[in-house]
Amino acid sequence: MVTRPTAVTREVFGQTLLALGKEDPNIVVVGGDLNISTFAHLFGREFPERFFDLGPAEQNMMSMAAGFAFSGKIPFANTFAVFGTGRPYDQIRVGIAQAGANVKILGSHSGISVGEDGVSAQAIEDIALMCALPGFNVIVPADGPETAQAVRVATRERGPFYIRVSRSATPVVHTDGYQFRLGKAETLRQGSDLTIIACGVMVAPALDAAESLARTGVQARVLNIATLQPLDKEAIQQAAQETGGIVTAEEHYINGGLGSMVASAVALGRPVPVEMVALHRYAESGTPAQLLSKYGLTATDVEQAARRVLGRKASSGGR
Amino acid sequence: MVSAARGSKRAAVSAPHHPKVHPNGAASSATFSYQQLREKARAIRRDILISITEAASGHPGGSLSETDILVALYYGVLRHDPQNPAWPDRDRFILSKGHACPGLYTVLAHRGYFPKADLSTFRKLGSHLQGHAKIGTPGVEMSSGSLGQGLSFGIGVALAGRLDKRPYRTYVLLGDGECDEGQVWEAAMAAAHYKVDTLTAIVDRNGVQNDRHTDEVMQLEPLAAKWRAFGWRVLEIDGHSFPALLRAYHQAQETSGQPTAIIARTVKGKGVSFMEGNPAFHGRAPTKEQLAQAMGELGFSGAEVAAAMKELGFPEAKIAEWTGPMK
Repeated sequence: MVTRPTAVTREVFGQTLLALGKEDPNIVVVGGDLNISTFAHLFGREFPERFFDLGPAEQNMMSMAAGFAFSGKIPFANTFAVFGTGRPYDQIRVGIAQAGANVKILGSHSGISVGEDGVSAQAIEDIALMCALPGFNVIVPADGPETAQAVRVATRERGPFYIRVSRSATPVVHTDGYQFRLGKAETLRQGSDLTIIACGVMVAPALDAAESLARTGVQARVLNIATLQPLDKEAIQQAAQETGGIVTAEEHYINGGLGSMVASAVALGRPVPVEMVALHRYAESGTPAQLLSKYGLTATDVEQAARRVLGRKASSGGR
Repeated sequence: MVSAARGSKRAAVSAPHHPKVHPNGAASSATFSYQQLREKARAIRRDILISITEAASGHPGGSLSETDILVALYYGVLRHDPQNPAWPDRDRFILSKGHACPGLYTVLAHRGYFPKADLSTFRKLGSHLQGHAKIGTPGVEMSSGSLGQGLSFGIGVALAGRLDKRPYRTYVLLGDGECDEGQVWEAAMAAAHYKVDTLTAIVDRNGVQNDRHTDEVMQLEPLAAKWRAFGWRVLEIDGHSFPALLRAYHQAQETSGQPTAIIARTVKGKGVSFMEGNPAFHGRAPTKEQLAQAMGELGFSGAEVAAAMKELGFPEAKIAEWTGPMK
């Protein structure tokens, strides 16, 4: 495994928001008493008149954000991923998604890597929830640089966005000069034997798994799919056709997440074997590393899934 | 009582800080007598009932209880321009109880936001007049249909106006049953905390919600005390009295440092005997026969209803069929 520098994506969010606040006076921020944790307080300190802490009252926060949006503002609603999706889901559905409101939702502390706070705080359903809303842009950045760009793109593009970031430090997989493109998959590694498709904190383990596979002569392509909706179905179908097998990797419940959506895209094209690295049940309290290991979200888990795909390819006659 | 014939007294509708004509020259600064407002309300109740009967579904009870609240606003208070619904300085009216959209749609059509003929397309495939009010219809400020969200939305709208130093005021109409929603009280707290004094909430206190009477479903009283305890100025009025409504709106405009809640005591299904106070007509359309009776109770002859239906875009055959049995 290579050692990569790390960045805390929620902190990058806060810094980017602060920078954007200086550039665009129409940005307003609403929060739910977790602004220090999400680093939105950096914006609040600089622009107190455009910053509204509403307490842990997420329904009010989301509908207020919609009101701001339809009055010419670009509101960022920020809180933990669990409280920014499931808790105010109806407000998001009717007031933001159906209305096409220009609201940006930032969900931090996503997945099980939030760690010790336990299952109530671990959002493992949020991607499914937000991708079930037609027209909602859903972005799961892989690292700090991608987070910064995603926040900028969400500000620039009209319409509702959900951006999912993490509590813990995430390895940086992008180099300077990387250009995030909304709705486009990014090829991080070329390969022809199979494709590993990952998002968020699972991108770095996917690259590690590919390197490990390479040492045994298997060349895995690695796609980073940061935009879960709209999904780059073309890139997925092309990868399926060119490499004949897919592994997905995500820090989310197996239903309704990246794996489900990739499998759907593959099935609608030319079906090939698909294996999914994802969560199969609720987790528990523990350190992020302990949880990722116990619940099957490591590079080793990705590599084993890749071997299963290769086995299925071989038994079906391969290509 | 004020008599239009004498014309001795007119509704004073321009608050001191509201110019009579707004910058693009089309403010609703015309003053209407109370009698004219009552006539408007009567015509709007007529068209509400016709459009709901045609849709064969919808919510007449709350549309009739809110009619005078809306007529007072749209004809006597709001600075708005039906030809320019996106005018940035317009006063905002937000219908939080979105099921009562027939009331709003009919007022908007009478005010000229869109053709009255659209009212006969309510709830039909392809119509912009959706079953619950939705962004996209001229004059509709918020997508609704799930209760409890409008007051929060209104805070966002009002605070945006404060940030941009725009002069507009924001009015949000809630149902009394809607006050069962917890989000209403999240918003009530936030509006007072941020001292959103350009925000006025109106509670249509008609005493009936979907299933039953409000106090059978969930005890709301003491409702005024609740709003007061949350930091609001509270005005309790007769929601069918134009003098009382206009006075309350002006008192709200003059209130600084806190938002104002107008608790408007109304009658569900106002004006139609078999709908008044009757939970059955919260969300059920009248039959043609019931429409005929309602039109009579509102004081419309068959010929007057026929003329109204013509304006609402109905074909002759249907007009004849519906209005034939009417007196």
